[in-house]
Amino acid sequence: MANVASTTASAGSELTARALREAVFAGLITLGLFVLFVGLKTDQNIRNELILTQRWGLLATFIIVAMVGRFLMVAYAQPWLAQRKATKAAAAEVVKEEGFFSRNFSKIAIAALVLYPPVIVALFGVQGSLKWVDNFGIQILIYVMLAWGLNIVVGLAGLLDLGYVAFYAVGAYSYALLSSYFGLSFWVLLPVAGLLAACWGVILGFPVLRLRGDYLAIVTLAFGEIIRLVLINWTEVTKGTFGVSGIAKATLFGIKFDASKDGFAALMGLPISSAYYKIFLFYLALALCMITAFVTIRLRRMPIGRAWEALREDEIACRSLGINTVTTKLTAFATGAMFGGFAGSFFAVRQGFVSPESFVFLESAVILAIVVLGGMGSLTGIAIAAIVMIGGTEILRELTFLKMIFGPNFTPELYRMLIFGLAMVIVMVWKPRGFVGSREPTAFLHKRKAVSGSFTKEGHG
Amino acid sequence: MEYFIQQLVNGLTLGSIYGMIAIGYTMVYGIIGMINFAHGDIFMLGGFAALIVFLLLTTFMAGVPVVLALLLMMIVGMLTAALWNWTIERVAYRPLRGSFRLAPLITAIGMSIVLSNFIQVTQGPRNKPIPPLVSSVYEILGIAISLKQIVIVVITAILLSVFWYVVNHTPLGRAQRATEQDRKMAALLGVDVDRTISVTFIMGAALAAVAGTMYLMYYGVVVFTDGFAPGVKAFTAAVLGGIGSLPGAVLGGLLIGLIESLWSAYFTIDYKDVATFSILAIVLIFKPSGILGRPEVEKV
Amino acid sequence: MTFETSTMTKDPILKVEHLSMRFGGLMAINDFSFEAARGDITALIGPNGAGKTTVFNCITGFYKPTMGMITLRQRSGKEYLLERLPDFEITKQAKVARTFQNIRMFSGLTVLENLLVAQHNKLMQASGYTLLGLFGFPAYRQASKESIELARHWLEKASLIDRADDPAGDLPYGAQRRLEIARAMCTGPELLCLDEPAAGLNPRESLALNQLLQEIRRDTGTSILLIEHDMSVVMEISDHVVVLEYGQKISDGNPDFVKHDPKVIAAYLGVEDEEVEEVIEEIEEIESEQGGINP
Repeated sequence: MANVASTTASAGSELTARALREAVFAGLITLGLFVLFVGLKTDQNIRNELILTQRWGLLATFIIVAMVGRFLMVAYAQPWLAQRKATKAAAAEVVKEEGFFSRNFSKIAIAALVLYPPVIVALFGVQGSLKWVDNFGIQILIYVMLAWGLNIVVGLAGLLDLGYVAFYAVGAYSYALLSSYFGLSFWVLLPVAGLLAACWGVILGFPVLRLRGDYLAIVTLAFGEIIRLVLINWTEVTKGTFGVSGIAKATLFGIKFDASKDGFAALMGLPISSAYYKIFLFYLALALCMITAFVTIRLRRMPIGRAWEALREDEIACRSLGINTVTTKLTAFATGAMFGGFAGSFFAVRQGFVSPESFVFLESAVILAIVVLGGMGSLTGIAIAAIVMIGGTEILRELTFLKMIFGPNFTPELYRMLIFGLAMVIVMVWKPRGFVGSREPTAFLHKRKAVSGSFTKEGHG
Repeated sequence: MEYFIQQLVNGLTLGSIYGMIAIGYTMVYGIIGMINFAHGDIFMLGGFAALIVFLLLTTFMAGVPVVLALLLMMIVGMLTAALWNWTIERVAYRPLRGSFRLAPLITAIGMSIVLSNFIQVTQGPRNKPIPPLVSSVYEILGIAISLKQIVIVVITAILLSVFWYVVNHTPLGRAQRATEQDRKMAALLGVDVDRTISVTFIMGAALAAVAGTMYLMYYGVVVFTDGFAPGVKAFTAAVLGGIGSLPGAVLGGLLIGLIESLWSAYFTIDYKDVATFSILAIVLIFKPSGILGRPEVEKV
Repeated sequence: MTFETSTMTKDPILKVEHLSMRFGGLMAINDFSFEAARGDITALIGPNGAGKTTVFNCITGFYKPTMGMITLRQRSGKEYLLERLPDFEITKQAKVARTFQNIRMFSGLTVLENLLVAQHNKLMQASGYTLLGLFGFPAYRQASKESIELARHWLEKASLIDRADDPAGDLPYGAQRRLEIARAMCTGPELLCLDEPAAGLNPRESLALNQLLQEIRRDTGTSILLIEHDMSVVMEISDHVVVLEYGQKISDGNPDFVKHDPKVIAAYLGVEDEEVEEVIEEIEEIESEQGGINP
């Protein structure tokens, strides 16, 4: 007995020694990484010269946090995780019966979204609802729409597109320019914007679709940049970096959302507030999302959708089965671009202003990240990823209580993108296949069984 | 004619910088088949490290010779950037090796966002200008060649030859080439694949940091967003030259530098990036694996 | 020519004439001609690297031959020059389906979905190129039902019906081979090209494969062209064997003829080292008897 106790004790002290060693190592790395950038800060003085400010205290905090974190990780968290894994492996896997919630997930989600604005208005009042409906609701729905559109290209057809934002821009500028030059209404221009974006999808797609893998990725990135640069420099039409402002608002069956006497508020006998327009936009965005989801689900069960997925799995086998891979890829590109165009024109009508600033590569990256983090091909997963990533970073703006901790100069917004990037890395390392890694089959003979993510491929084109 | 040669010299300088960054992209792509999107930001980080070293030197050791100052900036920049890239590979790419191909691409984009925002948060969002380090200009046959251009081209040439030697004539280089060909087989034959990949990241980062230092010296300013545009262009250069090919990366870099400066000189500066990207697209349409890339054979 | 056999007089479905394929300096196929008769199982055999798969890739359009003509004649009498068609059109119009030496599944799709993808062109038409299907027109629903029935038929034939809803990547090797054949049959081919269908199969699976192929021929009248190493498969089921070595035809005839052709024995059929000389002597003897037809 004493023997056993002494071995565990020695194992324990060995673990502690190892944890200490690792902690010191982590501290040294942290020192190396941060000594220049955290320990010192470049500032401009009054004469506009750069001077250095020293922040050794902050650097010390970084190092201590890293060392303590690493020590706890090695000494406690890792053994605990290993133990938990062992017990889990020992216990037989229990097949979980799908609960009511997960079976009816999409219905519940749609109901929740439909009820969202009235609930928010009830909670925060008409004026107070603005932020929640606009910044959270509409913002997230736009990203959901974009990510579902890109999902057709990347998730289903397996074509890596790093310039998706180009189609978003085409949609937005189509509406902005056609409405300000020709005075056409939103309802006319919404399909026009989608079609124009789809045309651009075909135009850009045609020459590059025989490229494979990362070559395709860089050319799509290049096209995204070209479109943005043209928008910046073609000032006669696009007004360059100033952007197009004063874009007409959307109307509901001809009813305008303004302060006039036949505006929406006056007709309904409500006090004038911009919140009604936002709520209207929320439902509009929701409807567009539903259309996107409906079309995607329908397409997946049709020959073209199956051909997309087959293309992702094996292009050569597709050709051996008589599938024209060029037109199949083009339709994927065009369909994805069309939804990007819808989202773009919605974005323009919501902002009332578009400028090339909104269509930078970062946007493409964020949309792609949402698709991959959600689990390629899975609409539910992508919606969850959009809520987590976009909603999560929006919520940072609200965390004013942090000012009490870090002092009044602390602006959480500054850390928004930093945290966004970190979250991307952490989620991806934690779940490389995304939130929903499995694939729903599109047809079945006996029983619908989800296909595990380990079988699906990610495409190479 | 003089004007043309002048633009050629400018293009060559710019191209050297792009080429040095492009090597990092192409090496990482060659060895683990991923686009290291954070590489452009490693370049920016190297530039910032050089900037801070420069400020340290001017603040605490006024009157240090310029050559020594440049050398110190380069070395500290290389060390810092290498450490960063090593750490990034360890935490963000290694856990995903052998999994889903898009996953490391996403973490790389994530790391790129993290790096640029980290610099923005810690160093502030404004442009960071420094007084010119090297300012002499020589007039040769009516062409103005500044000393800094000469420094850039010479340093690039020296580093590339060292690099060339390492990759082609040392055991380390052999391990790298073996890992590139077949990672599993290399591991079976006793190559420490993890270490080789780490070294590749370190080498790429060191070159990027030198490029960052040169960039700071050439333009005299650096800002936290500087990782993106040169990064994308260097990546474009790597693809144009044929991704995975080291001479291709240098060739691509020089080409992009030349296109950019000639286009700006003879056409309109506004559309210089449009020209660069269009030429990339056109080249790839006719030569889908880049100029020096091995054509991908479709095995049926 | 000693190669003239009875098959030449039958109605040929595939006629390969003077086919040559050059890769850089390598002549992979050199002036290769043969015919496959309708309704027959024709086997293409030869040692490793003889160029069998290259011939296949030329027939199915994955390579464009340097020279030569490949004619496919359908039952209706319609003729196609395969070397002029892009690969997917060869399956779509000329009705030639193929399998691959290294199995190419859609591993993330279910077994059933694999077979539905194979019916792409038919279903595309039925869905009005997606537009009608999107709005749920009954014509598409009918076609969709029929396509599932066809898939069920081939799944039963390939004894995969129990695994219809599993991912294709989850099937054992032998089942994947059968699935690939079933998938090719779902395109409704007149000529089915199989690239080493028995490779890696155990004897029991090999037997099942033989039965499947014979059933296909009997029930659908599909002609089969196959590359095979497994001699038991070749000799048992093929009606006609063509032997290829270094890109050239060295023998062509019924299995019995080929089996006893000394050149084939020397080139391919397991000659022991010490026997080689003997065999060569034998060949020389035969050749001198025949008056040196093939110097």
